[in-house]
Amino acid sequence: MSSLAQPEMSNSERPNQLFRNLNAKVASIPMILTALAVFVGGTAWTVLYSFTNSKLLPRLNFVGVDQYYRLWATPRWLVSIENLLIYGIISLVFSLVIGFVLAALLDQKIRFEDTFRTIFLYPFALSFIVTGLVWQWLLNPDFGIQRVVRDLGWTSFSFDPLYNSSIVIYGISIAALWQGTGLIMCLMLAGLRGIDEDIWKAARVDGIPMWKTYLFIVIPMMRPVFITTLVIIAAGIVKVYDLVVAQTSGGPGIASEVPAKYVYDYMFFAQNLGQGFAASTMMLLSVVIVIVPWAYLEFGGKKRG
Amino acid sequence: MAEIAASVPAQANALRRDAAGPSGTKPRHVLSRRNIFLYGTLIMVALYYLLPLYVMVVTSLKGMPEIRLGNIFSPPLEITFEPWVKAWSQACTGLNCDGLSRGFWNSVRITVPSVLLSIAIASVNGYALANWRFKGADTFFIILIVGAFIPYQVMIYPIVIILREIGIYGTLTGLVIVHSIFGMPILTLLFRNYFTSMPEELFRAARVDGAGFWGIYLRIMLPMSMPIFVVAIILQVTGIWNDFLFGVVYTRPDTYPMTVQLNNIVNSVQGVKEYNVNMAATILTGLVPLIVYFVSGKLFVRGIAAGAVKG
Repeated sequence: MSSLAQPEMSNSERPNQLFRNLNAKVASIPMILTALAVFVGGTAWTVLYSFTNSKLLPRLNFVGVDQYYRLWATPRWLVSIENLLIYGIISLVFSLVIGFVLAALLDQKIRFEDTFRTIFLYPFALSFIVTGLVWQWLLNPDFGIQRVVRDLGWTSFSFDPLYNSSIVIYGISIAALWQGTGLIMCLMLAGLRGIDEDIWKAARVDGIPMWKTYLFIVIPMMRPVFITTLVIIAAGIVKVYDLVVAQTSGGPGIASEVPAKYVYDYMFFAQNLGQGFAASTMMLLSVVIVIVPWAYLEFGGKKRG
Repeated sequence: MAEIAASVPAQANALRRDAAGPSGTKPRHVLSRRNIFLYGTLIMVALYYLLPLYVMVVTSLKGMPEIRLGNIFSPPLEITFEPWVKAWSQACTGLNCDGLSRGFWNSVRITVPSVLLSIAIASVNGYALANWRFKGADTFFIILIVGAFIPYQVMIYPIVIILREIGIYGTLTGLVIVHSIFGMPILTLLFRNYFTSMPEELFRAARVDGAGFWGIYLRIMLPMSMPIFVVAIILQVTGIWNDFLFGVVYTRPDTYPMTVQLNNIVNSVQGVKEYNVNMAATILTGLVPLIVYFVSGKLFVRGIAAGAVKG
């Protein structure tokens, strides 16, 4: 396909390779710069400087893996990692389950499908800051849901996730799920619509109950959709930052800190660049651990298969 | 093989239908147990999803005394627009007390050039990758796509240094460039896939007629790919308007975008908390992407399905 598109040059006067397709090369300069200078260069720079003792300014004074030792000895980082794990598992499980169930419900040839879809998806248009602030208000113990239930007569009712350090990360997850499930539902719905109608007919003819058809026929057929969705959710989990800043600013204490916030605070407030670089390199590592197996399965497997 | 296998049940079904006489599905009662369960669940979930929006609007229309006494879910007894006015023109962040309007205009001045620049760059990239491949082009493209998965935190500091060297750190120009850089992977992918799916003959015919790189782009590709441009615009407007991290890293307090200013207003520790003003400010900030969402409808879904890869 692509070779057809390439303008053929006559053999008699072969110009310098560099000037072939010159316009396309000139037009691609921003892309090349971004790829090399920012993505490759920037990443390599950060990883390199994570082995230095840079404080206020980046300095090439190597101290080996000291920053990483210090990182894993810092309670705040350990709390951040623990929170990320809890938040990640909740996000993965609940957004997949809720997203799929909602998509399956919408796929029953119902009326007002567009209305329901619009309602489930609108939070996704809102920023994490707006999402976080709304849920901060709803979960406010003095005015929000807790107060409303207490006013109804159940005076010992307690629901204050944002002010209770042992469950604060669940309070943040509630807001994240409200914001993000609509997207998962849309991806799942697209996947369900891709299933051949005849499969359903065949299952009905054979008398297989609907839930069994979903569980044993449809879901295995939607494997690629699930994998894409999984990668999307996972990439979003590592980046969680704005939501925490808006909802709790990491509090109470350090109970709802996350790695992205650790990086930002150490780089721009604590003036401890080395720590920030080491923490961001750990974030990169966690993404690599998720992405590489996926890329291997998706692209490596196909070539052999 | 698969096609044959799939068509067997279809044939069986067709045969059955012929034998059974009346065709079509059995008419269902509107109030069947299935329908009650189905619509009941959907309506409950829909109410849950709408609740925060409702509470936001209701709270922003109440006075503070009513908020202290009443219940967040009850509609306002006395509707007041004062919190909206206050949020827009008087709310304080630090020493500035000129409201969210400053952040709004900053966001406009960030979003418009960022959207235009990022789409211009990415569409030309996608076009070059689809129709004018040169040696190494695919390598850069793969780096770009892999780069989309790198957490921003890894790259923010090197970019601070680059911007500082050029002398535009802390300016809106700097932020516009940052948005164009980070919008590039997904948009380039979007445009590359779209241009690749366009008929090859079109491109070749234009080549025969002597049109060059820019001529084909401007006169053929651009007019024929308006739908994908609309999708890209929707994706970028909502994404850039909602950005917080880049805003907080690459701008200064007087050039903060709306999201950053909103967070500073609501989460400021000084003064008495005015929840009605906070909620009015929150709605104001969410209004632009919400309008884009409700106006664009199905195109928004296409945009996010493509943009979701960005995470």
